[in-house]
Amino acid sequence: MSAEPSRQAPETSVLIGGRAGYGIDKAGMVIAGFLSRLGYRLYIYRDYPSLIRGGHTFSIIRAAQKRIAAHRDQVDYLLALNQETLELHRAKLQPGGLVIYDSDSVKSDGIGVPIGSLLKEAQAPEIARNTCLLGAFARAAGLDWALVEAVLRENMPRELEINLAVARRGYDAVRPAAALQKFDQPALPVLTGNEALAQGLIAGGLQAYVAYPMTPSSTILSFMAEQAEERGLKVVQPESEIGVMLMALGFSYAGNRVAVGTSGGGFCLMTEGLSFAGMAELPVVIVMGQRTGPSTGLPTYTGQSELQFVLNAGHGEFPRFVVAPGDAEEAYYWSAVALNLAWQFQVPSFVLTDKTMAEGIFNFDLKAVKPLPAAKSAVWDGKAPYQRYADAVSGVSPLAFPGAPEAIVKINSYEHDEAGLTVEDAAVTKRNADKRRRKELALLEELKNYEAVKTYGRGETALLCWGSNKGVCVETAEKLGWKVIQPLVLAPFPAEQFKAALKGVKKLICVENNLSGQLVKLLALNGFSVAASVNKYDGRPFALGELEQKFK
Amino acid sequence: MRDLDTHARNDWCPGCGNFAILNAVKAVLKELNEAGTPLDDIVLVGGIGQHAKILDYVNVNSFYSLHGRAVPAAEGIKLANPRLKVIVFSGDGDAYGEGIEHLVFAAKRNIDLTVIVHDNRVYALTTGQSTPTSPRGFKSRSTPGGTLDRPLNPLELMLASGATYLARGYSGRLPLLKDLVKAAVLHRGFALVETLQVCVTFNNLYDYYGKHVYELQGHDAADREAARQKIREWDYDSAAPIALGEFYKTAAPTFDEQFLKGGGR
Repeated sequence: MSAEPSRQAPETSVLIGGRAGYGIDKAGMVIAGFLSRLGYRLYIYRDYPSLIRGGHTFSIIRAAQKRIAAHRDQVDYLLALNQETLELHRAKLQPGGLVIYDSDSVKSDGIGVPIGSLLKEAQAPEIARNTCLLGAFARAAGLDWALVEAVLRENMPRELEINLAVARRGYDAVRPAAALQKFDQPALPVLTGNEALAQGLIAGGLQAYVAYPMTPSSTILSFMAEQAEERGLKVVQPESEIGVMLMALGFSYAGNRVAVGTSGGGFCLMTEGLSFAGMAELPVVIVMGQRTGPSTGLPTYTGQSELQFVLNAGHGEFPRFVVAPGDAEEAYYWSAVALNLAWQFQVPSFVLTDKTMAEGIFNFDLKAVKPLPAAKSAVWDGKAPYQRYADAVSGVSPLAFPGAPEAIVKINSYEHDEAGLTVEDAAVTKRNADKRRRKELALLEELKNYEAVKTYGRGETALLCWGSNKGVCVETAEKLGWKVIQPLVLAPFPAEQFKAALKGVKKLICVENNLSGQLVKLLALNGFSVAASVNKYDGRPFALGELEQKFK
Repeated sequence: MRDLDTHARNDWCPGCGNFAILNAVKAVLKELNEAGTPLDDIVLVGGIGQHAKILDYVNVNSFYSLHGRAVPAAEGIKLANPRLKVIVFSGDGDAYGEGIEHLVFAAKRNIDLTVIVHDNRVYALTTGQSTPTSPRGFKSRSTPGGTLDRPLNPLELMLASGATYLARGYSGRLPLLKDLVKAAVLHRGFALVETLQVCVTFNNLYDYYGKHVYELQGHDAADREAARQKIREWDYDSAAPIALGEFYKTAAPTFDEQFLKGGGR
């Protein structure tokens, strides 16, 4: 890509970096706003340390004419608020790419902007340095001032005037250098994977959300808390994840559709409650956002090392539903579905994400989401005596909630009779285990109505991926003329759909962000094998060029 | 009124203090029902331990939770449907050991729940280990040489945590116990009835309690400082008079009322 004006590039990438606390996230959203209004589709990769102030943080805003869900390691614009940004990322600059930097604090080639002096002129605070650099970027990229102003108005409602003044000074300090191509398509909203997921849960009929803060799922809690009043949601932050899970089961028992959200460490604490949900047949949705483990690991970085944990968590044998969405629309759709299936089959239901999925920023096109299937659940007909665990062919007993007239609703963590009273009888123990197993088979049957395994493109070689690796795999496979197979549902495993997806494939390569190949293990259990695996487990997601290199 | 008994066989030992709690609760439910509370609006929640079998023995809605985890489940039930009267049964190991964080926070929130602790000061279901309220030097199957640490005074902790109704009952004084359970259920806010419940098999304290218990007279339960002094009179360790009755009672905004008024935030 060259830096000539009126470039014809079908895509562009902008990296902005500085110290944590410089407002890099906000700057990323403003750049996303600029590019959206030029008709681009976007994906933002956010990289930040587990700190509030200090430490290096950066975002890569990648924009293209078509929908994307992955970042590229080569950038066209490098926006440096400090020297460290330049040193760390200079190698990512494409030939002909531009460095735009604060000439008062950074030594570099490229377009220098004396941000310190410009801020002084405008009597603006230090925190506005990012806005000044954004103004300079906008001018260098050939944007009209009117567009810049509109985007700032949208993204910086507080301190708008001073930000506009600072951006204008940055804008006027440079000349157009590498004008961006425009596309004639309307802007799409941009949101994080977590926001899409939360909106999906709400669309699916969520009534309560219970969580203890933990990266990368904390922003679901804050989103739900902000939405609570308008949407009539009950949002609670209990004392621990143990409290979270049990409180959620209380909500579920009393008739509220409820979800919890956490990451691996918090989920460890929830597992006794999970097993309880399995035994008591209490529906609940668990959003499990993976990060780099084991233990505290890298709190703000990514990983896919908890698939086997989620598939196997909790003592004893009980059915569960696990789905791993790969982009914002899938997060929205499948979160609603996960909620519905939890209540339809009275099982714990997981939405498995990771930091890349949860905190990555995507375009979101509600029109591209399939209509949500109607919620189905077995409801008690009101004829007493009510039996919470009435035996049924499908394994699913009719639901009633306490407070309903003449329904004595007894749930139990012990093995129990149909009325819910404790028993240790051998025949009942076996009958109930079989009942729970039948629910799993019924759920598997229900999944035939869903696209539980997706494929993209054609080819004898196929990339196999799950969750957030969808975006990078689809683009890489397009370029290589390969197929992509993405199992969305991981439990109960949709083996028939997976087998159909394999049709015509001679070589299957699995791409995962873990060391041991956790999807490969799941496939082996189901009688499928892969030819090769590409594993990355350094806390960072695959970048587009990086994954392609693995196949050269 | 519906029969409050279930088809479950009662498995407590003859003479178990849990019978007194069961009888007190059934009597209170009957009175509440006669006064207009539908039994359909009652939910009993229990942990795991001998205490929790009570859920199998009473024919109303129940949530048989995990060890230590009765309280957070009860909070979820109350917030999901505030019309429900939620009564929690918990043991001393359950409430004051495994689940103490939940108890402290529920009291801090002053959420409208009644917690009845069956405090027999021994793990009975697991056949005799020491608990948080076992006296110092208690010889048990887990501490054959006697416990080294001092017992917890649960009422002192609950007062500090923000409970708005605190009482102590005794399985050997059924009429008082029934009155305390009823007052706790009718109280709006977090109410706890610490119940000295005798385990005849692993820690038979009938004689000891018989010598030391007395019923509070002329105590002002609205006086927090007086409540603190009375609560500290006996530390669950030394031989001191053991007060029974209402220690503390105050009106304060409940979590559930404020939560639901604020649209659930």
